[in-house]
Formats: sequence, structure tokens, C-alpha cells
Amino acid sequence: MRIQFEKRIDQSKISGFLIPAASFLLALLFSALILILFGIDPLQAYSVMVKGSLGSTYALTETLVKSIPLMLTGLGVSIAFQMHFWNIGAEGQLAMGGIAAAYVALFLNNMIPPALLLPAMFLAGGLAGAIWALIPAGLKATIGVNEILTTLMMNYIAILLVEYLYLGPWRDPKGFGFPGTAQFVAAAWLPRLTGRVHYGIIFAIGGAILLWFLLKHTKFGYEIRLIGENPKAARYSGINIAKNIILVMLISGGLSGIAGMAEVSGISHRLYTGLTVGYGYTAIIVAWLANLNPLGILVVAFSMGALLVGGDQLQIAMQTPAAVADILQGAILFFMLGGSIFNTYKIKITHKKSIQHGEKTHE
Amino acid sequence: MNEAFVLSILVITIRAGTSLLYATFGAILTERSGIQNLGVEGIMMVGAAASFAAAYHSNSAWLGLLTAVLVGVILGCIHAFLTITLRAEQVVCGLAMTIFGTGLASFMGQRLGPGNSTMVGLQGPAFERIGIPFLRDIPYVGEALFNQDILVYLLYLLIPVIWIFIYKTRQGLELRAVGENPQAIDALGMNVTKTRFTYTVLGAIFMAVAGAHLSLGYLQGWADNITGGRGWIAIALVIFSTWNPLRAVLGALLFGGINALQFRLQAAGTTLPSSFLNMLPYIVTILVLVLITWAERRARRLGTPTALGIPFVREEKK
Amino acid sequence: MNKSKTLAVQMRGITKHFPGILANDNIDLDVYSHEILALLGENGAGKTTLMNILAGLYKPDAGQIFLKGQEVEFHSPKDAITHGIGMVHQHFMLVESLSVTDNIILSLQSSGLNMHTSQVKKRIQELSKQYHLLVDPDAAIWQLSVGEQQRVEIMRLLYRGADILILDEPTAVLTPDEATDLSKILRKMTEEGKAVILITHKLNEVTAFSDRVTVLRAGHVVSNVLTKETTKKELARLMVGRDILFRLEKKKCKAGKAILEVEHIHAINDKGLPALVDVSLQICAGEILGVAGVAGNGQRELAEVITGLRSLTKGKVLVNGQNITNSTPFKVINAGISHVPGDRIGVGLASNLTVSDNLVMKAYRKPPIVQGQLIKKRSILQFVDNLIKVFQIKTPSSETPTRLLSGGNQQRLILAREITASQGMLIAVYPSRGLDVGATESVRSILLEQREHGAAILLISEDLEEITQLSDRIIVMYEGKIMGIVDPDTTNLETISLMMAGQALSTIEKHGEEKTIA
Repeated sequence: MRIQFEKRIDQSKISGFLIPAASFLLALLFSALILILFGIDPLQAYSVMVKGSLGSTYALTETLVKSIPLMLTGLGVSIAFQMHFWNIGAEGQLAMGGIAAAYVALFLNNMIPPALLLPAMFLAGGLAGAIWALIPAGLKATIGVNEILTTLMMNYIAILLVEYLYLGPWRDPKGFGFPGTAQFVAAAWLPRLTGRVHYGIIFAIGGAILLWFLLKHTKFGYEIRLIGENPKAARYSGINIAKNIILVMLISGGLSGIAGMAEVSGISHRLYTGLTVGYGYTAIIVAWLANLNPLGILVVAFSMGALLVGGDQLQIAMQTPAAVADILQGAILFFMLGGSIFNTYKIKITHKKSIQHGEKTHE
Repeated sequence: MNEAFVLSILVITIRAGTSLLYATFGAILTERSGIQNLGVEGIMMVGAAASFAAAYHSNSAWLGLLTAVLVGVILGCIHAFLTITLRAEQVVCGLAMTIFGTGLASFMGQRLGPGNSTMVGLQGPAFERIGIPFLRDIPYVGEALFNQDILVYLLYLLIPVIWIFIYKTRQGLELRAVGENPQAIDALGMNVTKTRFTYTVLGAIFMAVAGAHLSLGYLQGWADNITGGRGWIAIALVIFSTWNPLRAVLGALLFGGINALQFRLQAAGTTLPSSFLNMLPYIVTILVLVLITWAERRARRLGTPTALGIPFVREEKK
Repeated sequence: MNKSKTLAVQMRGITKHFPGILANDNIDLDVYSHEILALLGENGAGKTTLMNILAGLYKPDAGQIFLKGQEVEFHSPKDAITHGIGMVHQHFMLVESLSVTDNIILSLQSSGLNMHTSQVKKRIQELSKQYHLLVDPDAAIWQLSVGEQQRVEIMRLLYRGADILILDEPTAVLTPDEATDLSKILRKMTEEGKAVILITHKLNEVTAFSDRVTVLRAGHVVSNVLTKETTKKELARLMVGRDILFRLEKKKCKAGKAILEVEHIHAINDKGLPALVDVSLQICAGEILGVAGVAGNGQRELAEVITGLRSLTKGKVLVNGQNITNSTPFKVINAGISHVPGDRIGVGLASNLTVSDNLVMKAYRKPPIVQGQLIKKRSILQFVDNLIKVFQIKTPSSETPTRLLSGGNQQRLILAREITASQGMLIAVYPSRGLDVGATESVRSILLEQREHGAAILLISEDLEEITQLSDRIIVMYEGKIMGIVDPDTTNLETISLMMAGQALSTIEKHGEEKTIA
């Protein structure tokens, strides 16, 4: 028996839904095996995760809280991925957004009227994320430096910068050694809708709609799609690739920067270590699972948020490491990637014997 | 600066550089065959966690090393199966490996200590430093080069072996060719899939051993995020090395040196905040990448294997 | 020398499907030793597929292969090679960064670590002498000319003692002189008892090289004849399945004012070597200027420099009097230059995007398709539907991914887009490469039609027939230099061939004069 891949000549219709669903199920099975290996009952673990993330109003709002930064960073990386610019730097861009927003909240609060404080933080956060993304974008556009590595290195630098600030010059003098800045003034708190769900969700939904419109209905959207599909063809058709890299990364970094602003202003009300917990990396999974579709990202971000909350619950209820959520995330992406072959290929299984029969009938 | 200070920097340079170089060799072998594996960080992380756990419970560093090899085989097979057999997007696959590996390693770290507790802070068996008689007495470099653990000595052997293998043997020729023009290799009757699979798995073994050297040799213990971006730096070193293992040695020494400097300055109680010291390797990585990319562009000489990242498909016909 | 022909290969009932196509349908083929067999057919007739099956690259869905009467089954190219079957592919299967010797070592069936470099080198030199195959064993492949690379490919087969050599379109990339050399080499090999199979769609090649012809059409064998017992005309009819009068109606050129002026330009190629040396030319409205030459002599770079895709190091490019030297592609497009690129899939199309996306690649930034920054879906629909109709692009819908179209329809799509975007100047590079007869005809008549509408056209092609048919003037390029400008109606093919091989027109004319004097 031989397994062969045969190129599809038609577009497969069901695979758009079937592959993600199947990958999710297979990832659950695969992770269950890992859990069993470590002596944990997977069924019990999964039920704790589901209950903890979706089982009550409180659980649902917490899931939403986690999905807000995932939505924003997911949207951010998706537009860069759209043109095959591998921005792995959402984590750092988020951190810089958080820093800038915290700076405005902590040090400019007496210069800015309270009503304008939040808009100022929003702007500062977005701008800081954008500028942080501009460095790798500029290096790529001018001399072609590998953006995967530069965006990644910029993450480490940004995270260390956050650490330096809340442990050093910005540390709360009245904090009894608590590693973090002082709490922001109340005018710098992003209002909440329900539970801890803050206005960041509006930013995310607004961002998704805006991005969808940009990609589908503007010249700019067409250009990035063309660059992503075939950069040589894009250059040939007169598109300035360098300019588009810069623009896309400004948007991409800006969205992640806003995620950082929303986190410090909506949740922690201060800058501290909990800002950089890996949302920027999960964003990659979110974007990819949603097939880079802005509206799909909202949905996928919610389910990844549920996974994270579920992981935390697991730790609390069963003393099982929350990292189970990360394992699941990685596994889902693996199966999704593996399954994507069915978009372009059909699987054909041939039995060697049957070919020989065929030969004989020819004679 | 006194002699002891310089010496200690040299010693740490070699130790820190060792794990980087294992990882870089792994990535060079993988990429030479045309497959990109950006999962170095994740594989190193699992290698470090699994090997430490195995060594701790069996009380044998060697069993730890063996476990790392096993980790390399398993994770290498996953990456190879996805990217070669199923032709999945290699960049994203590598990222998935890093996310998965980081999660799995952190999970192991919290679970595999005594009685399902954490491994952080545990002391376990390690590859201790063994001085080589006479050689270690060479002034200055003797102590740094010849009073190291066994994995360092193994690496000394591997440097010439890998170089000769790549450039002077038939198998090495095949490896170079398959990353340049797999169609040609296929037409000549050699098995592209098998070759790529082999080197992807072999490369992953090197990456996992790189992790094992962190937890069993250099840092001797487990800590969350133990690799601290070394996997990514290794990928940058591959570009720096232009896929040549000898130039990779230079790069590993450079980054080992930066590590050592960080370490020493911190120990010496510098006024520089530690956060800034810790940024050093990442900043240098960016600078090195910028310089090397600029230089390569000017020289129009690109070492990148032509077929890197492109899945091989034979029966592509419409 | 024993010249008795023996049956070397029998292929029986070979059938091979590809998604949507039946490439080979129950094909029988015989090949004899001491013989050059031409496998003639149009693009898409199934020649290459059949030979890839013989070379072990593809597995047939059904059918048998016999070597010297013994049935064999190939699971990989390796099996074919061990049975003495070797193939020189149209795209050479060489590793560019490696040396000639390394490439030959790669092809040897040996395991173990040792490369035996010095032994291999010695044997290369011996074979070089025996078959007059001149190659430098230490040169890297990328440093060699295409003709030399082909010699490496042949050397490789001889080195392994191949008895049956398959060559896919071997002269497409050669100068006439190199082609003559090749024919001598192949003769030498058949004298020694080897069998040679030549895949070709060129009738001249068949008559000049082969002893016997097997004609394929649409996956079937339609004829088996001895070369000396047939004529080109008959072969053409067999190949295409109808009488073709390959003559396009071309009206007298009424060249207008100069549209494109290229003055003394220099440029370097991707490897940093000179690609264009002091090239000057001028094209007027209503004129087709053909650029002839063996591929790789600067033609591609010429097109790239004019369209802003490659920077030039010296010289000037003017269009309609406007200086566009080293402009961005965007400015060149705005200046009215359209470009049908030689690399259709790599440059001309984004093949995963839809037909509609590809058709608007140039028009998307102009009203009515765009208003402000917004793209108007309805205007696109109108624009695209109109082009599909006018240029007869066969596609299930405007939303079909372009990769699913046939080569001819992809090329019509590009032409439709470029002609619509053009304002009087069109650069067409290898416009009919890889297309079947019908599609070629339609592409050529589209170009002629544009010429009649007053367009200035720069036609770059490696197909001399195409160049002479369409062009009003022809320039010949060799190693980045212009060897001369000739009028196709008053110049014979021999002169053009000599120029393609590197002789300047002036020296050829002088030579001719001397001859007549003598």
C-alpha cells in the first residue's frame, strides 16, 4: 500500500470548518496521552477546564478578560502574516504599549485633564507599540534583516525594560517592596462593562471590523494580499514593498501596543510583572487558527482565552500545572498545520497489487 | 583586571558557548538539508527539563543525556513529519514547536520534582568538570579549555568531525546538494525525503542535547525559561555562520563571552542594573544580524541554502 | 564496428493520469540501440511524461517496460539508472553552487564516506577526450554557459555508463554552433552502440538529428516513421492533427515617432557580473523590435532595466521623451510601459489569487476601480468580465484561482492586463514559451494587432521563427552586447545564427565581402 498526495484542482469547501474541528479534537486526544503519561486523569482535567472557563458568569467574564489582549495582538500579527512578514514581536510591542500608557498615567496625570487621560494613554500605547515594531520593519525594508529574529529579540529587550522600570525607577516607594509601580489615578482606569471585562473589548471588536474593511475594501488591503502571495509579482506591478512593510508593521505594532495599554489600564492599574505572560505568542496561534480572518480572530481568541483560564483553574483545583494550556495550544496548532495539506492535496491510497491487475487487463 | 577575572571569563565563555554551539550545529544540519526548524528554543527547553528530571530520578547524568537524545528524536520526528511529509508551513511549525515545547517543559518543571512537586531549586547529578592532566596546566587557556565537562570535550571532537563531514564526504555533499536543489537529487535517484528526515531528526537531537548541557552541565539545575532565548540566538548564529560550522564556533564564542561578561560583572557588583546587562545578548544579536545581512548583500554572496523552507514535491504537474 | 540495431527498450500500454489530464493513454514505444529516436509532439502531448516514466521519475498507472526483452519495474530514478537509462532534463538537474566534479560524484551510485575526488576527475578528463565533451572539472556550475552545463549533464550519463540517453528539448538553449557540436557528440555515442531519445517539438531538430521519429499527440502515438522517409510537412500535420499554415498576416509597418529610446546602458546580473554592456536601441510607434539570442545573454536583464525592476549602472532610458532611468516600477508603469514577463508564474501572476485579482494588478489604482482609497467591487466585476470576454480567457469564473488555468489562458490573462494598462509601449518576454500551437497563434496575433494600433513593442524571444515572423527589425544579443540590427526580410537565418554565436554583424559582412572577392 502506498499513500500518495494528489493535487486538488477544485477548492475544497468543507475543509474550512472540518480541519480546525478535527485538529481540536485530535489535540485533545494527544494532550490526554501526555496527561496520562504524567499520571493525571485527562477527563477530570478537561472538565475542570471547561467548567472553570465557561461554566459560570464569572468564568465567562474571566475568559473574556483573557481574550481581549489575545484579540488585539492576534489582529496585530495577522495583518503582518497576511503579507508573510513574520512579526513574532507582539509580546514586546504589547509591553512597550503598557510602558507608554503607564508613563502617561503615572507622570503626566497632573498635566492632562482627567477626561483626556485615557485617550492620551490609548495614543501613547498604540504609538509605542508601533515604534517598537518600526525598528525590525525598517531593518527588513532597507537591508533585509530577518524579521523573525529581530522581532523576537525585541521581545526580550522590552520585557527586560518593563522589569527594569517596575523594579527600579518607577517602583512604588510606598509599595513595601511589592515589585510594581504605584496604582494609577482613577481617571486612568479603563471603565469596566461587567466583571473585570473592560472597554478593551470594544477596541478589539472595533479593530477587527476596521481591519476587515481595510483588507477587503481598500487599495492597501489588495497590495498586502498581493505582496503576501507573490512579492515578485507585487514589485512588478509597481507596489512599493518597503513602504507597505513599514505601514503594516505600524498597524501591527500599534494594535499590540493598544493591547498593552488596555491591560495596564483595564486590569492591573499599574505596571508589574503580570503584563508579559505570553499573550503575544498565543496571538500567533490565534491568527493562524483563524486563517488570518479578522472576524475569525475574535472567535478563536475567545476559545484560546478559555483555554488559558481553564489552565489556571486546573492549577487551583487539581494542583496540576497551568502549562497544560500551553501544551494544548501547541498541539492544536500542530494538528491544524498538519491538516492544512488537505486544502491543496487529496490523499490517494494505492495498493500495489491493484496496479498489477490493471496491467494485466491491458494485455 | 586581574588574571583570575580573565580566567573565569574564559571558563564561562566556553561553558556558555557549548550549549549554543550544539544548538547551532543542530540548526545548521537541519537547514543545510533545506528544512527550517524555528523550534530550537522549544526543543532545547524540553531537552533541558526532561534530561534533568531523568538524571535526578535515576541519579545518573548519562541517563539524563540519553533522555535528551530521545526527546530530540521524538520532537524532530514531529517537525519532520509535519514539514516534510505533510508539507506544512515551516515557519509556523517551528513556532508551534516552541510554544508546545515551552509549555511541555514548564509543565514538567512543575510536576516532575519529588512527589509531583516542582523541580525548581533541586540539586541533581551533573556532568562535573574533569581536568585533563598536563593540558590544563597550559597558562591562561589551559584551565578554560581543558578543565571542562565531558559534553564540552565531545564538542571539541564534533567541530572538526562536522566540518569534514559537510565538506569532505559523500554524505556531506548529498546534504549540501539536497538543500540547494532537491529536484536534482531526486532525479539522480537519491531519496530527498529520507535525507531531509534524517537531518531534521539529527538536528533536533543536537538541539535537545544543547538543552541538556544547560541543565546538567552549565547551569546544573532547572529553572523556568532556562534557555532564555538561546535557541533563537542559535538561529541567528546560523545566519552569522553562513551555514559553515567553523564560523559558528566564532559566533558561539562571541555569545559565550557576552554571557560570561554579564555573569562576572553582576558578581563583581556593577552599578549597571541587571536588566540592562541581561539585554546585552539580545541587542548584540540584532547588531550582528544587521551587520552580517548588510555585508552579505554587498558581497552578493549568500550562503542560504537555495531550497531552504521550500517543501519538495515531485509529481507537481498540471 | 557492429552497427546492427537491437531492440533496447519496449514500452507497452503505458498509461498515466494527472489530476484532470490523461497524459499518456496506452502508449507503445520501441527504442533501438545505434539509433537516435526523435519523440515529436506539441507541448502537452505527453512526451516528457512518457520519458519521465522511462527514467523512473513517475510511476505509470498501467503498462510495462521491457529492457532487452526483460520486464523491469522502476520504483525510483535510481532503478532506471542502474538499468542504464539516463535523462537530461530540460531544466538541468545540476546543483549550481557545486563544482562539475562534485555534481558528477553525486550521481555515482556509491555509499561510504569517501568521495574519490581525484579518481573521478581523471575519468572526467578521459571521457572529455573520448567524446569531445569539453568541461572544466573544477568550475562551479553557475560559472558555466548553458551549453557547457548541458555537456556536464551528458558527461554524467556517460560516466555512469548509460546505454539509453534521453534528452529533453536539448537545443532550445544552444547556439546553432553548439547544436552542431551536440549532434556530433550524439552521433559518436550511437556509433558506440548507445540509444538516444530526443524529446522535441521542433521539426528542424528532428530532420537534423534523428534516424526515426515517433509522433505523439494528446497522449497517443499517432505515427512511427523513418526520418528519411518523411517530410517536415507531413510531420507537422501528424503532430498538430491538421494542416497548419504558420503564416500570420502582417501588414506593412508604418513606424511612427520614437517611443522608447535606450542609450548606452550597462547593468549587472544577480551574480554581480556584467549583464548588459553598452546597449542602445530605439523603438517607434507601430513597430515590433525583436531581440534574438540564446537565453541568458542579457535579454531578461534588458527587460528588467527598462521596467525599473533592475537598476542600471550607466546610460539612459527615455519613454516618449521622458527620462525614466532607474525609476521605480511604479513610475515606469505610469509612463505607459507594459510588461509581459518571461517568468509567468514567478513574476507575472499571483497564482493563488483569483483571475479577477490578477486582472486588476495594474488597474487597481485607477478610477473607476478605485475611488480615493476604496476599491469598488462592482467596477472590478465589469472590468474583469469585459477583459475575459475580449481576450477569450477560458476560466470557470472570475473568482477561480489563477493556478487552475491552462498556460495559454494564463498568458492571455497577462496580455489582457498589460495591453489594457499600456499606453503605447509593450515589452513582451518569451510570450509564447510553453504554449501549444493554438495558444501561440493567438498570442502572436494579439501582438500584431497591438502593433497595428500603433503600439511600440519590444519582443524578446528565443524562438527564431517567432522573432522573424513578427519583428520589423531584429537585434541580436550576445553576452550582454548587441551584435547588430538586421531586417528580417533581407537577412538570412545563417547571419542571425552567427550573431547569436557571438559574431558582430560588421565582421560577418566584411567576411562575406572577402568571400565574394575571392
